[in-house]
Amino acid sequence: MRIAIASGKGGTGKTTLAVNLALSVDFPVTLVDADVEEPNGIFFLPLEIKKTKDVTIQEPVVNTTRCTSCGACAKACRFNAIAVTPQGALVFTELCHGCGGCLMACPEGAITEHPRVIGSYAEGKKGNLSFIQGELNVGEAMAPPIIREIKEKAAGESMVLIDSPPGTSCPMVTAVNGADYVVLVTEPTPFGLNDLSLAVETVRALNVPFGVVINRDGIGDKGVDEYCSSESIEIIGKIPDDRKIAESYSRGEAAVGIGPGYKALFREIFHKIADRAGEKELS
Amino acid sequence: MKIVLTAREKSIDTEMDPRFGRAPFFVVFDTEWGSYSFLDNEQNLNATQGAGVQAAQNVVKAGADVLITGSCGPKAFQVLQASNVDVVTGDQGLIKEVVERFNRGELKAAQGPDVESHWV
Repeated sequence: MRIAIASGKGGTGKTTLAVNLALSVDFPVTLVDADVEEPNGIFFLPLEIKKTKDVTIQEPVVNTTRCTSCGACAKACRFNAIAVTPQGALVFTELCHGCGGCLMACPEGAITEHPRVIGSYAEGKKGNLSFIQGELNVGEAMAPPIIREIKEKAAGESMVLIDSPPGTSCPMVTAVNGADYVVLVTEPTPFGLNDLSLAVETVRALNVPFGVVINRDGIGDKGVDEYCSSESIEIIGKIPDDRKIAESYSRGEAAVGIGPGYKALFREIFHKIADRAGEKELS
Repeated sequence: MKIVLTAREKSIDTEMDPRFGRAPFFVVFDTEWGSYSFLDNEQNLNATQGAGVQAAQNVVKAGADVLITGSCGPKAFQVLQASNVDVVTGDQGLIKEVVERFNRGELKAAQGPDVESHWV
């Protein structure tokens, strides 16, 4: 079972929820930190990780003696990554998605592909908790290849939690796509509601069942409650706006460590999510 | 010689657009014929990425010898340099006045990009 934890807005508590869900239960869980531009789940976990693999994409390299500057490659590129000059085609690798379109378009066979490292992933395990963290190298722009690879890595596990990147663009879609259930974390504020509604549109387009968790419940207004009720979206749980959670967060500790009340709260949310996702055999 | 400038509107009596990749129009001056025409850059205006690269490509395609604009980033500069297009940055004002200053030899070609990628 794959559960993705996402949000439109950044900083709503995706990692807080993901980490605490993972630490609240007694069965095996694989937590995937797919926020590869700024992975921070590890800060709150009682385990060590080790880099296990580099992630590469295929990037085009132009043989300038064969290149006739015909421009077919630049025309084929959907990402504006190639410009043609009298000296041959220039490839801007930061813009390249590694799709291979230019390679197919070149009539001279002047383009070959070479792997380029764009990031890596790291893994760790302690007790029932397995953890995989993807990390995009500084200066790189393409998060999806790393997200795809770490999701693939966790594919065989029975219970996978995917801590997704914020927003509603390619990295978020890549993380959420194919999940059995998506939890959209929001704060009960006008900003939270605005970005929640964008995320709702996205997961609806992906045709994935979803529910909402409200974090910092007690601040803001009733807008999110009213929106969810009018859109028939289930609010799976609410995490109170409690200074103790912020304090434990700032120490790099999970909220489940504050006391049995929070462990029970997150466990209850986990069981509800699993139930909505169709899981029958949770112990 | 062909001189290309960035334009916000299709008029040389308006301010030169200080942005290169996301300028709405280019104005192409042909000094040999004493004429000018406008090119649409709308496609790049809304590009999700690589606006500077493709804008530079369009300037090269227009047969430019010189590009005059407010600022030019590293990728666009690389494309223009490889295509032997001189890049003049840093000036501002009405398009026709900028061209006159260039024609009087008051503007010099830049040696490199003057802003970072994604500069706004």
